[in-house]
Amino acid sequence: MFGSIDPSLLVASLMVAATPILLAAIGELVVERAGVLNLGVEGMMITGAVCGFIVAINTGSPYVGFAGAAAGAALLALVFAALTQWLLSNQVATGLALTLFGLGLSSLLGQSYVGMRAPSLPRVDFGVLSEIPFLGRVLFGHDPMVYVSLLIVAGVWAFLRYTRGGLVLRAVGENHAAAHALGYNVVAIRFAAIAFGGACAGLGGAYLSLVRVPQWTEGMTAGAGWIALAIVVFASWRPWRLLLGAYLFGGVTVLQLNLQASGVAIPVEYLSMSPYVVTILVLVVMSAGRAPGSLGKTFHAST
Amino acid sequence: MIRLERRPQPSTFWTWLTPLLAVALTVVFGGVLFAMLGKDPLVAIRTIFFDPLFSQFASFYRPQLLVKGAPLVLIAIGLSFGFRAGVWNIGAEGQYIIGALCGAAVALALYPMEARWLIFPLMILFGALGGLGWAMIPGLLKVRFGTNEILVSLMLVYVAEQLLAAMALGPLRNPEGMGFPGSRNLTQYDSATSWIDRAGGMHWGVITAFLAVILAYVVMSRHILGFQIRLAGQSPRAAAFSGVNPGGLVLICLGTSGALAGLAGMFEVSGPAGQVSIDFNVGYGFTAIIVAFLGRLHPVGILLAGGLMALTYIGGEIAQSQLQLPAAAIQLFQGMLLFFLLAVDVLTHFRVRLRHREVA
Amino acid sequence: MKLRHLLATAALAGLAGGAFAQDDPTTVGFVYVGPIGDGGWTYEHEQGRLAVEEHFGDQVETVYVESVPEGPDAVRVMQQMALNGADLIFTTSFGYMDQTIEVAEQFPDVMFEHATGYKRADNVSTYSARFYEGRAVQGHIAGNLTESNVIGYIGSFPIPEVIRGINSAYIHAKKVNPDVEFKIVWVYTWFDPAKEAEAARTLIDQGADVILQHTDSTAPQAAAAEAGDVYTFGQASDMAEFGPMPRVSSIIDNWAPYYIDRTQAVIDGTWESTDTWDGIGPGMVGIGEISDAVPAEVKAEAEALAESIAAGEYHPFTGPLNKQDGSVWLEEGETADDGTLLGMNFYVEGIEGDIPQ
Repeated sequence: MFGSIDPSLLVASLMVAATPILLAAIGELVVERAGVLNLGVEGMMITGAVCGFIVAINTGSPYVGFAGAAAGAALLALVFAALTQWLLSNQVATGLALTLFGLGLSSLLGQSYVGMRAPSLPRVDFGVLSEIPFLGRVLFGHDPMVYVSLLIVAGVWAFLRYTRGGLVLRAVGENHAAAHALGYNVVAIRFAAIAFGGACAGLGGAYLSLVRVPQWTEGMTAGAGWIALAIVVFASWRPWRLLLGAYLFGGVTVLQLNLQASGVAIPVEYLSMSPYVVTILVLVVMSAGRAPGSLGKTFHAST
Repeated sequence: MIRLERRPQPSTFWTWLTPLLAVALTVVFGGVLFAMLGKDPLVAIRTIFFDPLFSQFASFYRPQLLVKGAPLVLIAIGLSFGFRAGVWNIGAEGQYIIGALCGAAVALALYPMEARWLIFPLMILFGALGGLGWAMIPGLLKVRFGTNEILVSLMLVYVAEQLLAAMALGPLRNPEGMGFPGSRNLTQYDSATSWIDRAGGMHWGVITAFLAVILAYVVMSRHILGFQIRLAGQSPRAAAFSGVNPGGLVLICLGTSGALAGLAGMFEVSGPAGQVSIDFNVGYGFTAIIVAFLGRLHPVGILLAGGLMALTYIGGEIAQSQLQLPAAAIQLFQGMLLFFLLAVDVLTHFRVRLRHREVA
Repeated sequence: MKLRHLLATAALAGLAGGAFAQDDPTTVGFVYVGPIGDGGWTYEHEQGRLAVEEHFGDQVETVYVESVPEGPDAVRVMQQMALNGADLIFTTSFGYMDQTIEVAEQFPDVMFEHATGYKRADNVSTYSARFYEGRAVQGHIAGNLTESNVIGYIGSFPIPEVIRGINSAYIHAKKVNPDVEFKIVWVYTWFDPAKEAEAARTLIDQGADVILQHTDSTAPQAAAAEAGDVYTFGQASDMAEFGPMPRVSSIIDNWAPYYIDRTQAVIDGTWESTDTWDGIGPGMVGIGEISDAVPAEVKAEAEALAESIAAGEYHPFTGPLNKQDGSVWLEEGETADDGTLLGMNFYVEGIEGDIPQ
């Protein structure tokens, strides 16, 4: 019954499917580890998608496009940072406003770019390595951004775990008052984290507009930013679990399509909701204070 | 350098002035935006803020403000209880969907029975229970396992959306709809419609929204529950010492907001929206969060904020069709308004001081 | 009823205004379900609007509102257009059906045109395109092109419109290639580039070398381009930027002739409530340029097929045809009636799998 599903292709395509949400999620993970809840991921992603597309079209280089995407989305994220960190606005409301703002901004910016085709991003050539059965297709058959996303995950993991900067960031996220008392500049650290989160979300968005689709169309992220938020929670704020979570979410999508194509009658809607239900279950199992202690709370140094 | 100093009490003066300041800022920046798009900024601003209220056809637009604003206000009132107590339900969209599904399911199950006295109250009951039940999931998980309610309630929005798709394509599909997704039109079923006066924009959701505002005001300012909610929000420890049951409070807050969101969904689906379709939910549950904050979590403030949001929606549509402003520009304009409102709010709670060098 | 009163006043005002300005331009309104930049469904309606503007010049004024949700917002937008003097309003999504009827009752003097619906009134026409005619041409080309004998089909929602297209394509692919097999994937969205890309990749991974899509983004085209040796067809728009490979042809929604026609009828005062379901013949369904990636004789056959459909000589659903369960649907030479086609909820014989319920 499942004869027509090739496992190596399945794994390879779920990796590609997961890349945009993985990129956005790893950025949000850093933001949340710094104690900030930014619900504007969707808005930053789509801004990244349009900025990346515009830059890539005008320079002819997808790589410069990705850089532009990261910069554009980071800039938008700084608006959120200024509002929540300096002006102490509520993070939930500001994040939602950011999404609204980003959706509007992106479609205005992209108006004259509808229907154009982006310069394509070639696959990385690993030579004979990609001929290895199974592993060749899974590990050595992708475009550069898939590897970049994995490097970012590894980098974030190493940063949080082994560096002093990572320690400080976590301290700020767990207890901002204490971190402040120790002399760390909570606001500056959070600004940096939010900008990083924006840049990653921008890369994720640009992966859609420059690689996956690749075109600019309004509203093209279609909720991917919200899924990224779910994955961060699913991963209980750990980078490698986040990778697992992103691949699980991507995998469910790819798997249900594969099952359908193989002629297996499955209730699509119920399968599509399963990752969210699993996320809730994971949350329950891993509860009891796993979330960063200061997550979503406004910080104001009273002295 | 500029320094912020927390006010002992939120400033009444700034509480009233900041929204005006935000609107003024938005008008200035929005005007620049519209001018950049090649439109006359004054005309655009007038179209968005004044035409719905005072133009030739204002008597038509004004009722529409009720239709657009009612679900926002109803949901936001529910949310404000929780937000004040530090209980963060951001899944109102999901509760709205489930309430609508439950309410509509009752009506569709009894179709074509003619008994408004039975069917409509049942729909109200099931709509409220549906939203309440959906909100109880994050509530009970928080109380029992300490699970973060922000995230669970958000996850449940997606689950609800998938459930909605399954229902619109499956059990609730109109058997006479030529195979198209979507349920029967409830506004054509007299026993089930929430409309009272369509032209006047009156449906039961509008009435419920006004009742909710009044009730919320009374509870917040006069009832012990309001006191406990405010106390829990300001100082959870003090609340615990004074005998507030934190678990119970979480359930009450989530339950209230869920029930009101469910009601809003039920009234919407049996009135303005008319039918359960794959995407009848248009994000009221999320917009209501913004409304709740704009309204400073105060019932009257929420009423005004809901009206303001509705105004920009309706004015935005007029600007689109008359000035051919792109929808995106309106969205951006709304985003700006929210940013400015959130930004200037700082003046309410903080005093701005110039920083003096302090001796550590 | 307050509104009635208001409308009466408005109508009077309109009359008075009309008396003073004889050569007042005719105003045509368009209500769009998506953004005009979606590159698919709404984009093509917008092209139709622009064609109206160009054709009539100063004689006609057009207005539009984009991204209007199917619900109370649609009612308000239509009412507002009518109040502001629109003479003719096109509502371009199935989901506006009840709303269009409702507003049309309130404004008996304004003409409404609802796309893809089935409810009419004295001042409400319906119009839709026989996309299945284009699907027949696609099926013919696809059946010839496939080497793996597996054709992938990306469906949006399991509704008659989409099922009709699948059946039409299958019948004509099977005719030229008896071994052909359809793999159908439902994505439950009209427009979600990421998901469509996934669906296309999945189908390609499972051996499909021709992809047909009934969703609006170009993502499947890109996925096919990446795979290299896979053929696709543009949907709604020509998607010519993906030609000559993978996009070998397309179905184009061409609303311009109809919109111009109907606007003219309003100007002339000859507008009547009609139910239009046009295909290739009147030009509502366009077959995009068949690229050179298609062998010349297949191209010629496909064009001949399109012509015979256009001329009314051939109906894509001509018996003998059986339903999936083997029961007889159409006898030899019999053609399907529009009623059955409009509510089509079954596959024809040979297609594997069930329609999701």
